[in-house]
Amino acid sequence: MFTALFGSVEQGIIYAIMALGVYLTFRVLDFPDLTVDGSFVTGAGTAAMMIVLGYNPILATIVAMVAGFLAGCMTGLLHTKGKINPLLSGILMMIALYSINLRIMGITSDTGVTRPNIPLLNTDTVFTMFNDFWSKLGIDSVLSSAVTAMGGKSLPSTWGILFFMLIVTLVIKLIMDRFLKTEIGLAIRATGDNKRMIRSFSANTDSLIILGLGLSNGMVALSGALIAQYTKFADIGLGIGMIVVGLASVIIGEAIFGTKSIMRTTFAVIAGAVIYRLIYALALRVGWLDTGDMKLITAIIVILALIIPQVLNKQKEKKRKAKRLAARVAAQKARLNVEQGGNGLA
Amino acid sequence: MLKLDGINKIFNEGTPDEKNALDNINLHLAAGDFVTIIGSNGAGKSTMMNMISGALTPDFGSIVIDGNDLTRLPEHKRALHIGRVFQDPMAGTAPSMTIEENLAIAYSRNTKRGLRGGVDKKRREFFKQSLEKLHLNLENRLTAKVGLLSGGERQALSLLMATFTKPAILLLDEHTAALDPSRAELITKLTKELVEESNLTTLMVTHNMQQALDLGNRLIMMDKGQIILEVGAERKSALTIPDLMTEFEHIRGEKMNSDRALLG
Repeated sequence: MFTALFGSVEQGIIYAIMALGVYLTFRVLDFPDLTVDGSFVTGAGTAAMMIVLGYNPILATIVAMVAGFLAGCMTGLLHTKGKINPLLSGILMMIALYSINLRIMGITSDTGVTRPNIPLLNTDTVFTMFNDFWSKLGIDSVLSSAVTAMGGKSLPSTWGILFFMLIVTLVIKLIMDRFLKTEIGLAIRATGDNKRMIRSFSANTDSLIILGLGLSNGMVALSGALIAQYTKFADIGLGIGMIVVGLASVIIGEAIFGTKSIMRTTFAVIAGAVIYRLIYALALRVGWLDTGDMKLITAIIVILALIIPQVLNKQKEKKRKAKRLAARVAAQKARLNVEQGGNGLA
Repeated sequence: MLKLDGINKIFNEGTPDEKNALDNINLHLAAGDFVTIIGSNGAGKSTMMNMISGALTPDFGSIVIDGNDLTRLPEHKRALHIGRVFQDPMAGTAPSMTIEENLAIAYSRNTKRGLRGGVDKKRREFFKQSLEKLHLNLENRLTAKVGLLSGGERQALSLLMATFTKPAILLLDEHTAALDPSRAELITKLTKELVEESNLTTLMVTHNMQQALDLGNRLIMMDKGQIILEVGAERKSALTIPDLMTEFEHIRGEKMNSDRALLG
């Protein structure tokens, strides 16, 4: 149990980078970008392809990010220059990326030009590289004995991945927080908020949308590249429903932790991604559910995360109104009593 | 300063809805001119404003500001020279961003936006000083979201943001029309102060004739896509609303038919 949940926290933190990307388009730019389903695999495929060909995993991860950035920019170009509806530009790019991803992974194929999956079994990844360094520190045994002391039975094989991903994700979060407060960042936010206004302050909304989509899909691809290295596997079907997972993380996080400031919201999105993974892991443990049911469960989680806050808000509102009414009735009664008392005296 | 030469615009050309929105408009503004524009609905006032700001491009004719031909330049490039306040108080600000962030966007209008923080200590001080001019106590609410402000407050903020970088041309498109009378008066007063302070070349569309007479040094009246009356600085100070009505009848041979144009 502990190992399973531990694994989903690790994965959740990796997926959180993708969720931050979705937050950037969906919330900040107000652009429902479906490219994500494709660019996630672009990241996974590019990284896996390069690692298999013997490149340094860090370099492979960076190139994967750039590939995702370019894919996002293409969606932006379709929308701004081609004047295609945002949803449709994303869908078009997603479908185009399916073939492109097969070709990217196909570079490693000896027999054909396309390839639907690449295993990364005995290769170096950013995680194995980090673990080489981490295992020398001896922190694992300290933490593991702490867990055993608290009564934990099954132990994770290493804490390094969790630690490594926490650092990477937090650094990305901090850069993003900072970026959204720079002049360009402010302009991107205003583009999502009021295009007419930001144009009247000499900002080119087209370039800002393209840049925003590029950055977002760069993060999505980074997340894909890391997932491929974490699971030691890249597959063409990896990205199916990824946008919904991203949305689920954003919505769950926002509903639980609120959106008071940008720093708070980006934190909420990361936490949302982890919570989503935990719910997912718990659902998988239900005996009569099959892994094939997971997309349905994801959809249900998103629907609930969207509806429950509305219902809660409505109830709160009702309670408040009832309270106000009660206060008013009480005040009226009190006034009547005083008046009657006054009459009695006269 | 601003030169409109032979501007023409036809909407829905070649369809039964064809409308001659602007018909050979010529208008020259000297530096520091403050021109008020009146006219009934559909006279072409807003179309002319959109033409200058770049939201629309003319079928033919040219728009020159400070010797630069801007006729074919997109809106965001022209915005370097043009400040604008819209009729809708929601239109000029970003509601989910704070007051200081909105001001920071306005502040970087004529610089290249980079990776510098939008709000720093020095700028915040400057924003505070500028907000004090509005007398709305906004200087103490720098981190409040603009969406929480009232229409009047937002319009005052829009006005400040539009004039922040002292644009070559200031366009005011019925910017007091959506406000209640007391707020409208406040915005009118602020407009006067901000324009005078930086001696901005200004074009203001209004439905309120009294406002058109009170503000500015020149007045033009538009009807059916044409400028039908131009009043210069010498005559404008003595002009009254009945004068304008008689002028209109005299030129058009018909009574002014819009109550809204009369009463504002």
